[in-house]
Amino acid sequence: MRGPHDVGGLPEGPIETETHDLSFWEKQIDGIRAVIGAKGIVTTHENRRYVEGLGDDAYETLTYYERWTAALARQMIEKNILTQDELDARVREIRARLAATGELAPELSGEHA
Amino acid sequence: MPHDHHDHEHDHAHGHAHAHAPPQPDHKVHSYYQILGVALKELLVEKGVVTADEVRAAIEKRDQITPAHGAKVVARSWVDPLYRIKLLTNANLAVAELGFPMTTTKLVAVENSEEVHNVVVCTLCSCYPRELLGLPPAWYKSRAYRARIVSEPRAVLGEFGTNLPDNVEVRVHDSTADIRYLVIPIQPPGTEGKSEEELAALVTRDSMIGVAEVKAHG
Repeated sequence: MRGPHDVGGLPEGPIETETHDLSFWEKQIDGIRAVIGAKGIVTTHENRRYVEGLGDDAYETLTYYERWTAALARQMIEKNILTQDELDARVREIRARLAATGELAPELSGEHA
Repeated sequence: MPHDHHDHEHDHAHGHAHAHAPPQPDHKVHSYYQILGVALKELLVEKGVVTADEVRAAIEKRDQITPAHGAKVVARSWVDPLYRIKLLTNANLAVAELGFPMTTTKLVAVENSEEVHNVVVCTLCSCYPRELLGLPPAWYKSRAYRARIVSEPRAVLGEFGTNLPDNVEVRVHDSTADIRYLVIPIQPPGTEGKSEEELAALVTRDSMIGVAEVKAHG
């Protein structure tokens, strides 16, 4: 069965060649992956497999580094390095921090608070 | 279940058109995943899995790698026929010699000629010779490029302004987690007298991916 990542040969529209620099958080995800890869905690194959395993909807709608972040979270939980509860609690905490300093965009202030 | 499918405000119509988030002018956090990323970083540091210094060093190291590394390899292969043979037969050895070791992946160098034009993709994801070219451009990771370059390479190359004569064979190389490709473009006519450094300055990232040719004047 063709997974959502397996797009070779499919019909698609024009290629957008506009580029922009990565934002800091995207670079940070890349940096974390580089470090845990160098330490042998994860492999490139594994990273790719986790991204592919996000499911069609996530694969289609998330941006590149959003996919890597979602995959990394699942990977760390399945390796028992983190727990879902720890991660959820920390996300709530950071959300509150950002809200307090006015850095949380309105679309993120609602349902996940 | 991990929170992979947050139904946050996301533009589904353009979901796969951009490979990463466009910069937001208001400096606010717009993506749930940005928060998740910060949470991951903090927890991994607290648990001693990574240190903040290690992550910072990794980011700095990535930022320092530019296509100039690959350009140096290509320019050397133009001026030094023995180096070119080494690059084509044992690319890992050849690039390590110039100070760019690729230790975790096999590198394959493919040469363009009057008969053959090579172009590189990673249809499944984004594998790329990062040690030589830095991080891949957004379009390389885009669904459109990955889907189309294998089925209609000439049309895609045309969109990049590279129009090849019909008698030139186009070879598309699909990268994997284990094998990365570097295209050795054709040295432009009229540049025979230039120094290796001058030649390296002409070699672009896109020419080493294979979507462009090298022009004599940059």
